[in-house]
Amino acid sequence: MKLNSSNMINLNIDGRQIQVEKGKTVLEAALENDIYIPNLCHHPDLVPSGNCRMCVVEIEGRRGQTISCTTPAEEGMRVTTESEEIATIRQTTLEMIHANHTQDCTNCASNSSCGLQQVTAYVGVNEKRLASLRRTRPIFEEDDSNPFFILDHNKCIMCGICVRTCDEVAGVNALDYGFRGFETIISSGFNKNILESVCESCGECVVRCPVGALKTKETSLPTREVKTVCTYCGVGCNIYLGVRGNTIVSSRGDRDSIVNKGRLCVKGRFGYEFVNHKDRLKVPLIKKGDGFVEASWDEALDLVAEKFREAKGDKFCALTSAKITNEDNYVIQKFTRAVMGTNNIDHCARLCHAPTVSGLVQSFGSGAMTNSIDEFKYVNTLFSIGSNTTAAHPIIGMHIKEAKRRGAKIIVANPKQIDLCRFADVYMQHYPGTDVVLLMGMMKVIVDEGLEDRDFIQSRSEGFEDFMESLKEFDLDTTEKITGVPKEKIIESARIYATNQPSSLVYAMGITQHSHGTDNVLAVSNLALLTGNIGKEASGINPLRGQNNVQGACDMGGLPDVYPGYQKVTLPEIREKFEKAWNVKLNPDDGITHTEMFTGIEMGKVKALYQVGENPILSEADSNHVKRSLDKLDFFVVQDIFLTETARYADVILPAVSFAEKDGTFTNTERRVQRVRKAVNPQGQAMDDWWIAAELAKRLGGEGFEYNSASEIMDEIASVTPIYGGISFDRIEDVGLQWPCPRADHPGTKFLHTEKFSRKNGLGKFFPLVYRASVELPDSEYPILLTTDRSLYHYHTSTMTRRVEGLEILDGEELLNVNPADAESMGLNDGDIVSVKSRRGNVRVKVKITHIIAPGVASLTFHFHETPTNELTICAVDPVAKIPETKVCSVKVEKVE
Amino acid sequence: MDLDKLFDKALTDWGNYIGGKKSFFMVGNATCGRSAGSTEVIERLEALSSEKNSAFGVYEVGCIGMCYLEPIISVYKPGQPVLFYANVNADDAGRIAESFLEKDKIIKDKLLGILEKEGHNGIPSLFDSPMLKPQKRLVLNNCGIIDPTRLTHYLANKGYSGLKKALGMTPQKVIDDLMNSGLRGRGGAGFPTARKWQFAFDQDSEEKYLICNADEGDPGAFMNRSLIEGDPHSLLEGMLIGAYAIGASLGYIYCRAEYPLALERLDLAIKQARENNLLGDNIMGSGFSFNIKVKEGAGAFVCGEETALIASIEGSRGMPVPRPPFPAVSGLWGKPTIINNVETLASVARVMQNSPEWFSQYGSENSRGTKTFALVGKIKNTGLIEVPLGTSLKEIIYDIGGGVYKDKKLKAVQTGGPSGGCVPASMMDIPVDYDSLAKAGTIMGSGGLVVMDEDTCMVDVARYFIDFAHRESCGKCAPCRLGTRQMLDILEDIVSGEGKMSDIDLLEELGEGIKKGSLCGLGQTAPNPVLTTIRYFRDEYVEHIENKRCPARVCKDLKYYDIIEEKCTGCHACFKVCPVSAISGTPKKLHVIDQDLCIKCGMCLEKCPDKFSAIEVYPGSKPLET
Repeated sequence: MKLNSSNMINLNIDGRQIQVEKGKTVLEAALENDIYIPNLCHHPDLVPSGNCRMCVVEIEGRRGQTISCTTPAEEGMRVTTESEEIATIRQTTLEMIHANHTQDCTNCASNSSCGLQQVTAYVGVNEKRLASLRRTRPIFEEDDSNPFFILDHNKCIMCGICVRTCDEVAGVNALDYGFRGFETIISSGFNKNILESVCESCGECVVRCPVGALKTKETSLPTREVKTVCTYCGVGCNIYLGVRGNTIVSSRGDRDSIVNKGRLCVKGRFGYEFVNHKDRLKVPLIKKGDGFVEASWDEALDLVAEKFREAKGDKFCALTSAKITNEDNYVIQKFTRAVMGTNNIDHCARLCHAPTVSGLVQSFGSGAMTNSIDEFKYVNTLFSIGSNTTAAHPIIGMHIKEAKRRGAKIIVANPKQIDLCRFADVYMQHYPGTDVVLLMGMMKVIVDEGLEDRDFIQSRSEGFEDFMESLKEFDLDTTEKITGVPKEKIIESARIYATNQPSSLVYAMGITQHSHGTDNVLAVSNLALLTGNIGKEASGINPLRGQNNVQGACDMGGLPDVYPGYQKVTLPEIREKFEKAWNVKLNPDDGITHTEMFTGIEMGKVKALYQVGENPILSEADSNHVKRSLDKLDFFVVQDIFLTETARYADVILPAVSFAEKDGTFTNTERRVQRVRKAVNPQGQAMDDWWIAAELAKRLGGEGFEYNSASEIMDEIASVTPIYGGISFDRIEDVGLQWPCPRADHPGTKFLHTEKFSRKNGLGKFFPLVYRASVELPDSEYPILLTTDRSLYHYHTSTMTRRVEGLEILDGEELLNVNPADAESMGLNDGDIVSVKSRRGNVRVKVKITHIIAPGVASLTFHFHETPTNELTICAVDPVAKIPETKVCSVKVEKVE
Repeated sequence: MDLDKLFDKALTDWGNYIGGKKSFFMVGNATCGRSAGSTEVIERLEALSSEKNSAFGVYEVGCIGMCYLEPIISVYKPGQPVLFYANVNADDAGRIAESFLEKDKIIKDKLLGILEKEGHNGIPSLFDSPMLKPQKRLVLNNCGIIDPTRLTHYLANKGYSGLKKALGMTPQKVIDDLMNSGLRGRGGAGFPTARKWQFAFDQDSEEKYLICNADEGDPGAFMNRSLIEGDPHSLLEGMLIGAYAIGASLGYIYCRAEYPLALERLDLAIKQARENNLLGDNIMGSGFSFNIKVKEGAGAFVCGEETALIASIEGSRGMPVPRPPFPAVSGLWGKPTIINNVETLASVARVMQNSPEWFSQYGSENSRGTKTFALVGKIKNTGLIEVPLGTSLKEIIYDIGGGVYKDKKLKAVQTGGPSGGCVPASMMDIPVDYDSLAKAGTIMGSGGLVVMDEDTCMVDVARYFIDFAHRESCGKCAPCRLGTRQMLDILEDIVSGEGKMSDIDLLEELGEGIKKGSLCGLGQTAPNPVLTTIRYFRDEYVEHIENKRCPARVCKDLKYYDIIEEKCTGCHACFKVCPVSAISGTPKKLHVIDQDLCIKCGMCLEKCPDKFSAIEVYPGSKPLET
């Protein structure tokens, strides 16, 4: 007998003595020790349900048979997995399943991967008895309403894995049992088809279905699979792309990935069709008259080089991309700085998380997520503010729902009653743009009730007194009045966040896209410092980055004031380091920001723009001014995978490869540098972004651009970027590393600020704050506050997602969300076409009347080029971060007859 | 307010009732009474009373158990015995009021007996009647006597004295007393109630729940309904005692929505209890707090299963989950939860009102106390009875039930509803207790007793019950979901003459697989009616399969109608009524049924005048060729 360590137990299965962790079931104990017990409804991710009855065993000292999947293994237990009675139970049940199951195995997409086949092979059936069983199950019509998968009741064995997955994994509850007894089927609400249900098409049920009942419509089997990282949001889910020929036919989550544990959202699982889309840019294009003509790479590059040569220095601007790899970004910024002689480089992070960088750098010294995605499941309190987490970061949404299942409390503050509110213990619907007040109000409650962490404040922070002075203004009455949130909810949230630790806060665009975005971020960091909810596992401030590599694009110095690794361009010793590394004299002045570039063009200061993987005509606030600027440019180069709305303004368009066609790295929102791998060959003549930039550099006399691979570039990145110092392709072959990772033997950093903050003196800093209202608030002429948000089914300006037919079916048009009270006073009905006018523009859109938005507020996404929402938004910018206030502007809504 | 003051008040009110100065009627107005017309009786009596300046009162009471005699009314006049009348209509009630209350003249017609223990002037005591005499009404003692809408009536009859006693003990002592009473769960499984409570008591949890399972779903069972309708406070008192013992502060009564009157009675009783601090915070100053919520079930049989019931209360689909963990450890909202049946809780109240020994003196070795049964089917005296456990089936059927309806031959008794089995007539000597019934292949169940006579087809009975189980299966586990349907399909084949001899073995094999393989009690017991009928009535199955005959002449495809030559007078009645013109013949001449056309609707049999009785039903699908 083995010695028993406290959390291990010994049991005997079929005469074999085995040891398992306490808490495991008998079935788990057996399977872990390579003892097969047949099962159909067991899934390691799910709470056991015990409905297939295949896993019956006999346990010494217990009457009759017991199912092993729900029975905890106990010390000294003696289990038998085979007996005549067990065989009878399994066989009769299995035969009855077969009697009610399609018998056309060879024509089933699950043939050879089928759980029923596996169990049948093991258990065996009594053919004679099977033949005598009655077959009275009616034939069901297949539910093929969902664009990506089908539900075939005729193959369903009612194991319920899909129902439990939709509940326990996805937290969506689109599927349940319908009807009763023999008539029971898997059904969505009111037995309507799946498309009409609340299904979010994540496909988690499909991948877990042990038979052919839930099956993807794309049934081509891949010839090979390539492990890479999803190209959509900043979560950075690890996926395997299935390739057949040169076409991607499948995408599945990597179950071993610490980031997503195999889970994917609808975009990650089904949104790969764009890669092989016919609209992909395949050859360089040069503008001739009103149109474009195809050109060779040499023609195009020579032309671009010639024009750029004329614009060297600060007449040149580059907009790099949060979509492309770190290596691409590094080379593009190096080209801009070392060859073009300017720091005028920025990217769309300016439009999303610029205040995160400007705010958190001031308070903590580092502008990134302080914790890891994996830690969300350990939180006791999760506070989501200004983040439509389940829509914009679906897998983090799943982690949060999992935390809730484990007993965590969820606080949501959002002007829209987002999906996550279903899981919220407290939901605060605050008026857009009042985040500082709401957060300061909560902090006032915390201080008034003595719930602040005195030790933490004393030992780890500075600036507390000034902050306290400013806090006086935010009494509950004021807070309630400005935010519209009832006092009780503010008090409850404050208490939960302060006392039910560890507390973790997530935020996104709802905090940053304001003219006071930096203040918002400072308010968030004040809250963490006040309660000591930072610098610990599962406790911190977590800005959720939007794009797949927006973190990396910032890390790589795709910003006008810093070289890779946030090293200031204005610091002489830093500049000297890079001058030495790149062997060139560098511009000592900060460059201009994204928003300033367009102003610069209008003022005639900027002559040439090199824009990679961005679509500002749809994404930039007050986009009509972008159009006017682009018209004025002398020379405009667009490098992209599709001919976007913005690319139409270009003089030269350079075709780049997509994420599936390149090697490199993306850095996800939790600072994890992960390997991206080439799965298919490029479309046409499309080339790597780094190759294009390097070719331009070479043509313009740049040195040090003779790269042969992305790996080589990463080595150079590591050599000049301390936070990436220990990162190389070899080290991240299997699992990505989280920066800071300064040395080749450094394990990476799971959460930040453990002992001290990254600020110079090691202390976190409180900031006194005042309420500054949004720049354009509703008035009698423009009475409605327009805010912007995201759809789960689309990504940014939808250049990729709208080229996936199924996503277009799931969400095909813009809808203006309007509160029923407003709809009534404006005489609007669901589906009416309205014109939405602001002082800057006018769009037409269909109305959706919904209680999820408060009276006086309306919302639009910016995914649809037919409804260019950003023609309405205002380019009032935060004074520090220069981010435009895309979350608040005022509009009027008029019905179009 | 303390309890003693409540008792005093109650006794005053009770004193105005039987033994008081004012005449009144008691009308059995439970569901059985109402369906027999008691509402009209009440209306008539009330109208009459108000015509005469409220000369007499009218009280509603519950069911006294003799449902076949409803509407039952009784009349009290000071100085006179309380007279019970049966099968009374509004006119009868009016006559009784006039002659007895005004003229002291006792109408003998429809007179059942008197309430008093001893007979009077040749009128026997009601309790000496053959149906009541063998009964021991410990739990049902108030039903049909007290007014269930009056808390005082309950209080005056030892009501809540059990609670008072319990509150004076430690919770452990309450559990120990209950253990000594020998009470076992009356919901069907017969688990010792005190042991169940002990599990929950031993759990270290701030929140615990006590649930009363009033989701009575067996076809033909109405014990719980009657008890709640006639004496709702007994249930509340039992719950209070249970909650005190295990440490619960919130209880639920899960009662089916198809019991509107029971729900009304419960709501009122809970309201009364709350108003008098018998529920709520710091009950009677004891420091013990308890509240009760009523949750209406939507009629799913499976929600009588503990874990499905809990899921239903939690707002989920009523589907069972495997045990362990048992609800006593992790039940409602994950907290320790005890679920007891209505009768169990009412018995708890009686044990505490009296004593463990008082209760355990009744019954047999391992089955203490009494049990209520809904006596239905082919029996003369249908109704609700209560007998000491261990009473033989014979006593119940012949003494209490008065024998088989129309004196036909007894074939079997079905106990335990869809989960139980059929005991053949040859085994009527077996005592009704948990162990003996189990040995016979059936179960005690919650108390349904269905009597079957020679005209009952046992294959059809099996088909009926498995049809019920297959409809009520929740669909979660494979053996029950698929197996009940397989068995039904096979039985449908057999009763329609399509069966094969191998089907009997198949039924037995599947039955064993389903019993052992199913997740919850529903599936684990669903094959019982089939398996016991095969065990005891195999020959009937064989007749259906081999000879295509239904010996009881029930199964439509295996019986035929024919005209007896000697008896037919050619009255032409059958000819006129046959919907498919299968009968030929001219008036005054012999009529003939064309067996190929006949759809066996039985209209001819119904129309053939009794004086001729010329149509007979025969086993077999058609007459043998001669």
